[in-house]
Amino acid sequence: MMSVKATVVSTEVGQKSKKGFQVNATLKTAALGAVVPLILVIAWEYLSRTGVFPPHLLPAPSVICQSLMNMSAEGNLWGHIGITLYRLFIGFLIGTAAAVVLGAAVGYLKKAESLFDPLIQAFRSIPSLAWVPLFILWMGIGEPSKVVLIAVGVFFPVYLNIVSGIQSVDRKLIEVGKIYNFSSLQLIRRIILPASLPSFLVGLRSGLGLGWMFVVAAELMGASTGIGYLLVYGQNTYSPDLIISSIVLFAILGKITDSILKTFEAKALHWQDTIEKKA
Amino acid sequence: MLAIENVSRTFSNGETGFKNLNLSVKKGEVIGILGTSGCGKSTLLRVLSGLDEHYDGQVKIDGESVTAVHEKIGMIFQEPRLLPWLKVRENIPFGLKSDEHKTEKALKYIESVGLNGFENHYPKDLSGGMAQRVAIARALVTAPEILLLDEPFSALDAFTKMQLQDLLLAIWQQYHSTILLVTHDIDEALYLCDRILILRGQPGEIYEELTIPKLKPRGRGDAELAKMKDQIIKLLDLSQINNK
Ligand SMILES: Nc1ncnc2c1ncn2[C@@H]1O[C@H](COP(=O)(O)OP(=O)(O)OP(=O)(O)O)[C@@H](O)[C@H]1O
Ligand SMILES: [Mg+2]
Repeated sequence: MMSVKATVVSTEVGQKSKKGFQVNATLKTAALGAVVPLILVIAWEYLSRTGVFPPHLLPAPSVICQSLMNMSAEGNLWGHIGITLYRLFIGFLIGTAAAVVLGAAVGYLKKAESLFDPLIQAFRSIPSLAWVPLFILWMGIGEPSKVVLIAVGVFFPVYLNIVSGIQSVDRKLIEVGKIYNFSSLQLIRRIILPASLPSFLVGLRSGLGLGWMFVVAAELMGASTGIGYLLVYGQNTYSPDLIISSIVLFAILGKITDSILKTFEAKALHWQDTIEKKA
Repeated sequence: MLAIENVSRTFSNGETGFKNLNLSVKKGEVIGILGTSGCGKSTLLRVLSGLDEHYDGQVKIDGESVTAVHEKIGMIFQEPRLLPWLKVRENIPFGLKSDEHKTEKALKYIESVGLNGFENHYPKDLSGGMAQRVAIARALVTAPEILLLDEPFSALDAFTKMQLQDLLLAIWQQYHSTILLVTHDIDEALYLCDRILILRGQPGEIYEELTIPKLKPRGRGDAELAKMKDQIIKLLDLSQINNK
């Protein structure tokens, strides 16, 4: 074992090209991250096959794979995924837009802060799911109530991060702009916005996370399409494979959308001087 | 050009940065401000720049009372204060209006401050002295009529320092800028300044004002200047600094 380790290390040190080394490193982290899930899946498959897990409660991974394949072959799987993503996207957009407008105003203008912030904080303390009955009452169980619910969920983390991002911009950098006689608009555009971008992106990512939570809630509360609907359908038809498939789908999609934002974040913030980026 | 009458700055916590300053600066004059650490030099520059309006007394630029940053003012802070999301060649023209040949000027000043090859670096990848040079270039590129400098060359090695002092001199000759230079380096003050103010005490007050009649450019090893240096050292009273 010792000797194996030693050779691995020496080949890595021997890597001259930086690029190759980086790719190697990312692959390695990815591989490391896959180890535990893989072991769990194998154990699960084994226990299902030996009958420890009753198939009517927890079907084997292979069965779930099969059911996912069947659905995608029948073609309606993509429809469900599409509608869920669509709802999430629209809700995310609306929630983010509202958060940007209000958050920027509250963060930048003292007056706006005294006017709006107490109210928004009060609304924040309402558990967002408590809105469900009201939204259904107002807008029915169609698309609008779902999208609005998602938007509400996305709004708060984005809003909070924008406000704190703007308020914590370094006074010293703002003074640089003042020395050059920047107008308020220029100050915002050229200093405050870029300086608060890191915090905004953190907000976007946690907003997206909450967005996924609320998609499920919205689709559970009455839908005829979407992955959340598949969950309910699976429950009503006693098909655990369908339920678990939906959960797996949520996991995969959530991970993908988050990675998209993460990549974007890394691209936009490459100028940051953080531990992670020191190589 | 710049007139200061009886200006003091007392902070809200009761501490006083400096007090009872009187000074009048003609266009094109270079004023050096020497003083021990903490005697209010940076505070004075902040007041003059208009960034700090909570002063007592009168600060006038061309007869107008200063209440906000005057458009003729340029400033180099004690720290570089670069914008971390901009590359060197974007940081330098940061204060230029959009139509002023940004890239050309930026490249010219990158050359002047000796940062060739670092145009595309971000501030996080610069050394302290390099960052300070970018900050110097950023202030000089706008060619302000009044230039306030807060220990601009203190992070630099002796040789780069001399080069940049000469750059500052060249800018001064070209634009006839009025310059206020805070420094700890007596040689630098003697090399560049027409008048030197010596601040002492905490809160700082003007203790002495020296006029250096010699024409610029001056020799760095000049005997007359060396004599003045001795005088200044006495005025700064180094024995008192040492036991501080
Ligand atoms: N915002 C502030 N609030 C309270 N006190 C302050 C503030 N800024 C500066 N001071 C005090 O004013 C005094 C002068 O500070 P200043 O930064 O002007 O010194 P300095 O002469 O520039 O020193 P150095 O040569 O070390 O840069 C110090 O005693 C400092 O503690
Ligand atoms: Mg200072």
